Amino acid sequence: MDAKLKSTCETCAHFNADGLKKLGIRTDNFDFVVALAGNPNTGKSTVFNALTGLRQHTGNWPGKTVTRAEGGFEYNNQKYKLVDLPGTYSLLSTSEDEEAARDFILFGKPNVTVIVVDANRLERNLNLVLQILEITDKAVLCLNLMDEAKRNNISIDQRTLSRDLGIPVVAASARYNEGIPELIHTISEVVNGTIICKPHRIKNVPENIEVAVKKLTTEIEKEFPNIPNSRWIAFRLLEGDAQIIKALKQGELV
Amino acid sequence: MNHKNIDNIIELSNELRWQIGDDFHDNLTESIYADAADIVKDSVQIENSQRRFRLDARIDKIVTSKTFGFPIMFLILGIVLWLTIIGANYPSSLLADILLDTIHPSLKSGAASIQMPWWLSGFLIDGVYLAVAWVIAVMLPPMAIFFPMFTLLEDFGYLPRVAFNLDNLFKKSGAHGKQALTMSMGFGCNAAGVVATRIIDSPRERLIAIITNNFSLCNGRWPTQILIATIFIGALVPSAVSSLAALLAVIGIALLGMVFMFAVSWVLSKTVLKGEVSTFNLELPPYRPPRFWKTIYTSLIDRTLIVLWRAVVFAAPAGAVIWLISNIYIGNESIAAWAIHSFDGFGFILGLNGVILLAYIVAIPANEIVIPTILMLTVLVTGISAGSGAGVMFELDSVNATADILKAGGWTLLTAINLMLFSLLHNPCSTTIYTIYKETKSIKWTVFASVMPVVLGFIVTFLVAQFWRLLA
Repeated sequence: MDAKLKSTCETCAHFNADGLKKLGIRTDNFDFVVALAGNPNTGKSTVFNALTGLRQHTGNWPGKTVTRAEGGFEYNNQKYKLVDLPGTYSLLSTSEDEEAARDFILFGKPNVTVIVVDANRLERNLNLVLQILEITDKAVLCLNLMDEAKRNNISIDQRTLSRDLGIPVVAASARYNEGIPELIHTISEVVNGTIICKPHRIKNVPENIEVAVKKLTTEIEKEFPNIPNSRWIAFRLLEGDAQIIKALKQGELV
Repeated sequence: MNHKNIDNIIELSNELRWQIGDDFHDNLTESIYADAADIVKDSVQIENSQRRFRLDARIDKIVTSKTFGFPIMFLILGIVLWLTIIGANYPSSLLADILLDTIHPSLKSGAASIQMPWWLSGFLIDGVYLAVAWVIAVMLPPMAIFFPMFTLLEDFGYLPRVAFNLDNLFKKSGAHGKQALTMSMGFGCNAAGVVATRIIDSPRERLIAIITNNFSLCNGRWPTQILIATIFIGALVPSAVSSLAALLAVIGIALLGMVFMFAVSWVLSKTVLKGEVSTFNLELPPYRPPRFWKTIYTSLIDRTLIVLWRAVVFAAPAGAVIWLISNIYIGNESIAAWAIHSFDGFGFILGLNGVILLAYIVAIPANEIVIPTILMLTVLVTGISAGSGAGVMFELDSVNATADILKAGGWTLLTAINLMLFSLLHNPCSTTIYTIYKETKSIKWTVFASVMPVVLGFIVTFLVAQFWRLLA
């Protein structure tokens, strides 16, 4: 590295241009897997392209990403494989794209899941976010389309949001590459354990359901002491999700 | 892990499921929304409530209205095509000047000076090089204009509105409303359109979308339509409005393609692919000002060059084949002449000719090379001297010269109209056929999707020819 500073930015931890190498489609020998989830048309593919240097086709219409795209980047000598999941509004139904997204987060065991949300439509986007936080405890919220939010006079208190969700929140305008360096840095802090997530768990659950869930969760945790998503599994069992029952029997959930 | 314990857990969950009743799913969903509302209340502040959403809504009210929705769609399509037709002219003739009139002769004389045998220089320079040069000269300018404009519209957020406008028509024809999106992709490239059908969940509706995508005029066929319409349709009216007439003819063909798409979808959904129409949510995304230069750049690099590269890859061997069949003689007739003469009878019945049919066989790999092949073969059989000899694909400096050749080849207005129809209704190119196979994993449907349009093309051109001759 040539140690000639061009600006004071380069002394900041968040600025690490030299540490980032976009690896394109070369994803062999990676150290970490990063999943990219989010509602349709929130700019997942744009974030994906910004991180990997690939030029996956982007477009302003929901459901544009039909194939699971994979790419890689290297940051501070650690290699990351990035998987762009199809955009979904929820993980509770059984359509093909929702199952693909859910299965990857559940069985693909990504080291961190980056949830890309539209800052203009945060409330609606949180539906998916809260579901993902039940499944995994390592996540980063990428608050995308901040430029539009600014134009719409929407201001978001990132600290409060981060505290409420229990995961780091990074504001970004991926189209203009804003916030991408911070996002990369935050990803690396989560996978390396510098940031510990304490994800929000769904609260406003009716009393009778909460009691049932508690009972089941206790039983599940007795059997699998280190499982991060016992409560979510309980939800799915109560729903009668055949795939989860099968996965549980075959021990695929641990 | 203890299997008995797991069975107990599942047993317990079954028991609890009965206790909590069957609104569990709804209750859970409501809890999530309640949580989301709480969180947002604490962290999000909206001032001056939703002014821009209202602007979006106002635009949407116009572009998706019953009265203006369709006219606006056709207007936009018309403008895009118009700019493509007008704008592509100059760079096209410039490229032709360089690649065909300057480089080609110097390659030939260079080959002669190193005493390259005639068959080798013919094969390489008159076959492979000319085919590639022609495709670049004719394809690159319209694509470099059409694709960026299309991508700008896509980035702006107009495509979902098109889907919204067309949804009802697709539903009536028993197909999925998202087919409007895959149809739009097909206007760029049918292979891309076929891949895009993955956004359709129902296998039945997806198959319909795959089979009928070929009715979207792809970008390999736009230049053919534009050229033939300019020569033959434009000539019917005073020259002041001739390019407008040509434009309307091309839009007419594109619309006819959509009519066929609806009709074939309807027939399929009533016969072999019966089933319910599935409902879906179509989110109209906010309008976003496209990042102009970035969009231009990426659509040039990603779309234009990739499609061009594909055309070049297919044109090179096709050029070689054309040169070979024009220069290999069986008896005293070249293979090309022999094939043309044997297709002539069938071609006449369809209001086409043997040259066109042979050109479509040679051009199965890529629709882009249909016109140069037709020109070359026409020169070959009529024996007129405009070209550069057997098996040489060439570009003619002016549209007039092209018209002269085609007219010398016995072309009439009927030939032109039927060529435009046949260009719309024929088998997909080999890339698309392969893509259909990869997506459907079914030889049966691949064959059907490939053969059905040709059969339709035969029927339509046959009927048009018979009526034309009856009335003329």
